[in-house]
Amino acid sequence: MSQVPADLHYTKSHEWVRELADGTVEIGITDHAQHALGDLVFAEVPDTGRVLGAGEPCAVVESVKAASDVYCPMAGEVTAGNPELAKAPELINQDAFGRGWLLRLRPASAARGALLSAAEYAELLRAEGS
Amino acid sequence: MAFIPHTEADVAEMLAAIGVASIDQLFDEIPASLRVRSLAGIPAALNEMQIGKLMSARAQTDGRPLCFIGAGAYEHHIPAAVWAVATRGEFYSAYTPYQAEASQGTLQVIYEYQTMMASLTGMEVANASLYDGASALAEACLMAVRANRKSKAQRVLVPRSVHPHYRKVVSAAAGNQAVRFEELAYSAADGHTPASALARFDGQDVTALVIQQPNFFGVLEDVDALTRWARERDIFVIAVVNPTSLALLKPPGEWGAGGADIVVGEGQPLGVPLCSGGPYFGFMTTRMAHVRQMPGRIVGRTVDVSGRDGFTLTLQAREQHIRRARATSNICTNQGLLVTAATIYMSLMGPQGLARVAAASHARTAELVAALARVPGVRRLFPSPYFHESVVALDRPVAPVLQRLADRGILAGFDLAEDYPELGHALLVCATETKTSAEIERYASALGDVMKAARAA
Repeated sequence: MSQVPADLHYTKSHEWVRELADGTVEIGITDHAQHALGDLVFAEVPDTGRVLGAGEPCAVVESVKAASDVYCPMAGEVTAGNPELAKAPELINQDAFGRGWLLRLRPASAARGALLSAAEYAELLRAEGS
Repeated sequence: MAFIPHTEADVAEMLAAIGVASIDQLFDEIPASLRVRSLAGIPAALNEMQIGKLMSARAQTDGRPLCFIGAGAYEHHIPAAVWAVATRGEFYSAYTPYQAEASQGTLQVIYEYQTMMASLTGMEVANASLYDGASALAEACLMAVRANRKSKAQRVLVPRSVHPHYRKVVSAAAGNQAVRFEELAYSAADGHTPASALARFDGQDVTALVIQQPNFFGVLEDVDALTRWARERDIFVIAVVNPTSLALLKPPGEWGAGGADIVVGEGQPLGVPLCSGGPYFGFMTTRMAHVRQMPGRIVGRTVDVSGRDGFTLTLQAREQHIRRARATSNICTNQGLLVTAATIYMSLMGPQGLARVAAASHARTAELVAALARVPGVRRLFPSPYFHESVVALDRPVAPVLQRLADRGILAGFDLAEDYPELGHALLVCATETKTSAEIERYASALGDVMKAARAA
């Protein structure tokens, strides 16, 4: 069973969202997602200032078997891409919910729409058979 | 490897396994109105002897003309060993070796090819080839749009001195993907793209600048100045080059301050016969920083579980069999057989041999241009340095003159009237190492006769 930290929000496409104190959010892929992808060899993160719509591809994570899009959980403007991933994409495997974050975003509105709670995401993983 | 088709029993067994009565039933979802039951206008089948005679007769209508047409495809001497080796059973396939354990030899050839192309162009990495030079340029423009993250405009500057066919292919392949192409004027006085053509783009968001060296007129562009201008503004430089010329000219990796970002070109001069226009192959090289945006196959060198060297397709996560619609390209493949011939050609020539081909081609073209310029009514159009092609201007329309020379077995050059009407009666001519002084004299003398007769008429 993958880790599902209780203090985060999740999406059905296996991204996580952390609310930061300054009103921005941090976004990454879940432990379940990194495990399914296998050893990551490359991560492409968005440039600061890029304006993203909800559900828009915002990053690419590439393992030896696949290159997968990461979808932005909400609309907003990118305030940072994780600079450490260019040299160390394996941080996503090692610490998916921490140093493996992909981007930070200033959300366009306070509404969080269809995000899942930790309990709901854990239920989704159970239903998917993991 | 033998091709063994399915037997009728195999087919019946497979249909039974999926519960379908016939192969036709698999196509039921295509409406009957769209399906063609028989092909009208297709002649009856011929046997091997009959088709052999027919094809010989057709081939003879080409004759054995003396060719001075370049314009993107070049007649070079091809050592007999090139195709003798390339057509050996072990190499004779056009297909990509997905199955690494059964394809080590083919993979190694492609790896050596990539190493040679990267070295020739002064870049860090090459792909396993593309369809041809024109489609390679289209792919390079799309790649620049993906890779140049400092630009949002999807805007590519293309000099009018770039091969007109390439410009058409680029618009057709990339124009519908929201990439804008803008034309840069060339200098009417000397046929190259002047820095003044770029001035109006200063301060604007531009994604990439295409530079062809030598350009379509055979003229050498000021590649250092053009590259510097682009790099100072974070604009990608896409170089389009003739591989033979690189044995003498500065490789794009060393242009200006920092060199080109992507290099493409037509590989045909490297051991591929003119062959009525194809198949040829395109090449593409780039820097490691952009490798994940490069389309096409890449062969990498690795070690197996026992630590022995081996070769395999690598970085496939970018490709369409994995990334589907978001792959780096959905229309490209490599040209395995032609790349095999090019690799053998380059191995046989070596850097010195290729430099001698390039130097001889330049010398023959200089001889040709001088001989033609002595013909009354003919003058050289651009007084600029050139490689192995040059433009001459006639005092009358080119097409009828070309026709009379063709009647004498001479293909006298490429008529620029359709693509560059502003140049008047302009003719692009080329000579490679394959042309002798006697042949050049024969052309000049025949041109003199034809021009004299035309004046008298």
